[in-house]
Amino acid sequence: MASPRADTTSKIILGESDLHRVVDRIAHQILEKTSGATGTVLLGIPTRGVPLAQRLAARIHAFEGIDVPVGSLDITLYRDDLRLHATRALGKTELPGGGIDGRRVILVDDVLFSGRTVRAALDALNDVGRPSSVQLAVLVDRGHRQLPIRADYVGKNIPTAVSESVRVSLLEVDGLDEVKLTGGDK
Amino acid sequence: MIKHLRSAADLDLATATLILDTAGEMAALAGREVKKLPTLRGRTVVNLFYEDSTRTRISFEAAAKRLSADVINFSAKGSSVSKGESLKDTALTLQAMGADAVVIRHSASGAPHRLASWVDGSVINAGDGTHEHPTQALLDAYTMRSRLGRLAGLRVAIVGDVLHSRVARSNVLLLTTLGAHVTLVGPPTLVPRDIAAALSPATKVSYDLDSVLPDMDVVMMLRVQTERMQDSYFPSAREYSRRYGLDLARMRKLPEHAIVMHPGPMNRGMEIAPEVADSSRSTIVEQVANGVSARMAVLYLLLGGKA
Repeated sequence: MASPRADTTSKIILGESDLHRVVDRIAHQILEKTSGATGTVLLGIPTRGVPLAQRLAARIHAFEGIDVPVGSLDITLYRDDLRLHATRALGKTELPGGGIDGRRVILVDDVLFSGRTVRAALDALNDVGRPSSVQLAVLVDRGHRQLPIRADYVGKNIPTAVSESVRVSLLEVDGLDEVKLTGGDK
Repeated sequence: MIKHLRSAADLDLATATLILDTAGEMAALAGREVKKLPTLRGRTVVNLFYEDSTRTRISFEAAAKRLSADVINFSAKGSSVSKGESLKDTALTLQAMGADAVVIRHSASGAPHRLASWVDGSVINAGDGTHEHPTQALLDAYTMRSRLGRLAGLRVAIVGDVLHSRVARSNVLLLTTLGAHVTLVGPPTLVPRDIAAALSPATKVSYDLDSVLPDMDVVMMLRVQTERMQDSYFPSAREYSRRYGLDLARMRKLPEHAIVMHPGPMNRGMEIAPEVADSSRSTIVEQVANGVSARMAVLYLLLGGKA
């Protein structure tokens, strides 16, 4: 995934400690905005949304001692671009024990770009239950939305060109914590 | 990803593992209230069945419908086939209708291979003559893996009419790819050594079920095809049942963890005793449920991506 490309135009946007601070801030914001995260479920979108959701839950526990249920929601089978690519392998969908009916679901993903992943996630959510409300938390919002979707919690807004790509690396998946901007026509 | 599934030999280890993993995700769907995914919306799957089948046809139909594909069922009875239409002309008709996948069951071995050269869509073999039945092998492998946790190194006995069994052939090929060790067991008339060697050199052959059982993780009983009985492959049904039927006494010879499988439909009291078929070791009902998940995985992986 995050191949160490010797790209001259690559730039580190968030280093390890920045990334941890950003996750801490989102955890605080969730607590604030949901009045203590009661009746809340965090659902990570594979691949990197899942460890992010787990980190948010761990931070919320550290700050307030509250256990927020964490799960994962794979959206591959709901994508609108399946026919444009070779077949994709599926990720895991694991809902927490109590399900999501009547709860506040916070979808967690690494990068918000076109908004199509979130659209697919909303469809997938519709088939697994009926949450009382749905919110979205992302580590990076890089703009260029193609659908009327916005995030409730944003770690960092990064202005990008469409030709650039944002690479989020997480310890759990990639062996290091970092957000990098690569490519572009600079 | 491969385009057609005509033989279990089309699958290498990575592809077979991907299908089993995907089937695992599909299986989670069975527990949901909404058992439907939008993935194959607008795609057409034709079930082309020249032979009678209940579970395979229904299983493919359920799998395609759960993925939102449009399903057209074609059975040879009551179609133009009874008026003498050839497989090729039927294929060209399906081609003109824009079938994205054709699931074919045919009494002639090799029919799916011929069909694949006439249609643009994917061809999935749902059983051809005495040749192969790859999705059965996939659902069997999935069942073994979910019950026993692994496939590599598993010792599997396939017992009965191996000579005429497409289930056995596909299973030997797939299980060998996945690293399991297969032993074929049955009367010498029904388990020719050269067939075992031709399928995979590592396959063992035994004519004595009792001596094989204590070492097995899985025993897969094949249906005795009653239409073969007149052909004197064995002296009598009773003698077959005594030597190769799985009854309670034989089941006790199996290790504690071993499972008993049967592709169905079974002849209770013939190759398998009713108490064995209904025991907690039997995975027969699970196999049917897993069949839908395995076929969903195959349909998704063949049709889900860019053509």
